[in-house]
Amino acid sequence: MAIAKRSRTELATQRFEYAPAPESTDHVKIEKRYDLFIGGRIVKAHSQKRFPTINPSNEEKLSEVVEADEVDVDRAVKAASKAFDSWSRIGPSRRARYLFRISRILQERARELAVVETMDGGKPIKESRDVDIPLSAAHFFYYAGWADKLEWAFPNVKPRPIGVAGQVIPWNFPLLMLAWKIAPALAAGNTVVLKPAETTPLSAMLFADICMQAELPDGVVNIVTGAGKTGSLVVSHPAVRKVAFTGSTEVGKLIQRSLAGTGKRLTLELGGKAANIVFEDAPLDAAIEGIVNGIYFNQGHVCCAGSRLLVQESIFEPLLEKLKLRLGTLRLGDPLDKNTDIGAINSKAQLEKIAGLVESGVEEGAELYQPECKLPERGFWFPPTLFTNVSQSYRIAREEIFGPVLSVLTFRTPDEAVEKANNTPYGLSAGVWTDKGSRILWMAERMRAGVVWANTFNRFDPTSPFGGYKESGYGREGGLHGLLPYLELN
Amino acid sequence: MATALSLSHLGSLMGGVRSVDQVGAEERAASLAKRSIKKASKLWALDLAIRCMDLTTLEGMDTPGKIAALCAKGIRPKPGDTSIPSVAAICVYPARVADAREHLGASGVHVASVATAFPSGQSFLSLKIDETQQAVAAGADEVDMVIDRGAFLSGDYQKVYDEIVAVKEACGDAHLKVILETGELGTYDSVRRASILAMAAGADFIKTSTGKVQPAATLPVSLVMMEAIRDFVRETGRPVGLKPAGGIRTSKQAIAYLVVLYETLGPEWMTPERFRLGASSLLNDVLMQIEKERSGAYQSMDYFTID
Repeated sequence: MAIAKRSRTELATQRFEYAPAPESTDHVKIEKRYDLFIGGRIVKAHSQKRFPTINPSNEEKLSEVVEADEVDVDRAVKAASKAFDSWSRIGPSRRARYLFRISRILQERARELAVVETMDGGKPIKESRDVDIPLSAAHFFYYAGWADKLEWAFPNVKPRPIGVAGQVIPWNFPLLMLAWKIAPALAAGNTVVLKPAETTPLSAMLFADICMQAELPDGVVNIVTGAGKTGSLVVSHPAVRKVAFTGSTEVGKLIQRSLAGTGKRLTLELGGKAANIVFEDAPLDAAIEGIVNGIYFNQGHVCCAGSRLLVQESIFEPLLEKLKLRLGTLRLGDPLDKNTDIGAINSKAQLEKIAGLVESGVEEGAELYQPECKLPERGFWFPPTLFTNVSQSYRIAREEIFGPVLSVLTFRTPDEAVEKANNTPYGLSAGVWTDKGSRILWMAERMRAGVVWANTFNRFDPTSPFGGYKESGYGREGGLHGLLPYLELN
Repeated sequence: MATALSLSHLGSLMGGVRSVDQVGAEERAASLAKRSIKKASKLWALDLAIRCMDLTTLEGMDTPGKIAALCAKGIRPKPGDTSIPSVAAICVYPARVADAREHLGASGVHVASVATAFPSGQSFLSLKIDETQQAVAAGADEVDMVIDRGAFLSGDYQKVYDEIVAVKEACGDAHLKVILETGELGTYDSVRRASILAMAAGADFIKTSTGKVQPAATLPVSLVMMEAIRDFVRETGRPVGLKPAGGIRTSKQAIAYLVVLYETLGPEWMTPERFRLGASSLLNDVLMQIEKERSGAYQSMDYFTID
């Protein structure tokens, strides 16, 4: 039995460590500095102010972008207004052709975009490669199909574009949120001024290049970079007829106040504190994957993240044991490594916010669990975290953390699950895990949430409308509904 | 020694086995198959794939000569290269066990024999027991039995259970692998139920397929069986092994199985005592990939022996 012995001793000393498998960055060219994309060209900004954008996984500076000022935003809006005259009048099938072209270029340049998205934002390459970029392309592809069918989509009314749309997007899915905003706006015949988030402007600047490559008519898409100040200039510009914002509830409220009485159309997609509800008859191993995907996907930087896990008390123990075991297999590290499950926290500010809320959880008496997990020395990192012994009243159960932090609560009956799930000012999404089809429908009817996932979580499709109840905002993006905010229908 | 749990009302208990979500299981398996295993970890995985391999021939045309050649290949997969380990076992029909025993000698490579009216299992229990006893008497270290799918699908779980208990007893000291033939069970729910049933009846290993039915082993089916093992261990403390078999022909596939194993059951299962790959044509591809990792270049298939 010499051979059997040999294998045993070898196993004692060796484990299955995955060797590093980093995605190559050779094919990606990031400019030293970026200017603004206005009127179909890269133009020098009026503003002299610039700020760096860094790689959150190692804090190295990637590039520098402009903090656009009033003059820059005005130029961008004027370019969009000018372009609106012709863009809204060209044949709808020609608009479709441009959108199809953009979709195709996104697919052709997918690798480049995925790498830039990961470097600038810190998300694992497997997510930017398999989720962000393909979905962005799919969104353009989907809305391209609607561009010449608007009169069939909304029969007996005369659908007309609104004008210039001012769009402000967040840093969690930079290119995807850009696609969610730009694709329906353009399909409906509007032109846009878009401001990407301050920590993740690079994929938007690459998108500017794609617009030029697609020979999109000048001024149909304009991109101005900057922080909150620039964003407020975009939404408050008088020639902007429609505002779309995705971001925090706090800023959403500010925007809504500032737009009161202006007659501008507004859609808001804001925060969330979604309940992921697991019933005792659920397929447990799939539910574990759904819980992990629900809260640790994109480091929890997801507005619809399943940050409150509601477990039926009868299966609390086996579920928690399985969940803890699973957390131990999550691979945190270099976001460019193809085997990384959890990447870097997007920014220092966000890391501090997460750490602060986690601290409050411990202080309020919740029990913290983090798997053994070595954090890289440089960059912004937070280990996958879960809290048990959580009360509905704790801050970690009420406030949006926007990080890899899960609060586990229990319930006894379906009614109690409904009550607890809806007991939040937010209402963006919810998850239901059960083998009973009838219970899925029963729950979906009662959830005060824009999206209810059944036996899955964080699944997106361009054909499916997405948006919130209550303080999670209003208006829908995706699907036929996603066209409504960009059309006059009378 | 594993002991069978004595259960009455097995049928209704089987209904209580937790369900499997098909979409979820397939997605999880697909996501793990995307792991990128390179360099040192790849070499280690390939080495382990050989150490866990049940090199198999199950043909009507198997002869003593064929068995001799296969045994030589199993003991020394790459002539002249002692760094390549031997396989775990040579898997043959009962009538060829004695041949395999003779050629494997004290090499440490086990003799595994299929039994119980392989591959259909449609025969009499007394014959199945007799076949098992004779295979063990002829020198089999391991027995790969098939479950009675006819009984399982008609809901007669008790019959399936009793047969496994009886065959386990007939095995004596030989290890028992229970083939579920997942390609005939139809759903992951059934696979999970059959897995729990086989383990409860005393299986040392559960095995996906005979290789005679399509689909044979798949990644999601193996994942579902691993999850069943994980739950069984949690309940009883008794570790049970897994053997995916059939259709595993490339190193890439083999590594995907090892990744799913590693991330589901953990490093303790990455040993031939708890994991086997049933395969007939996988070995040469693994040898070729090892050569590629070592030298940086692919070699012609002419450099690998066909046995």
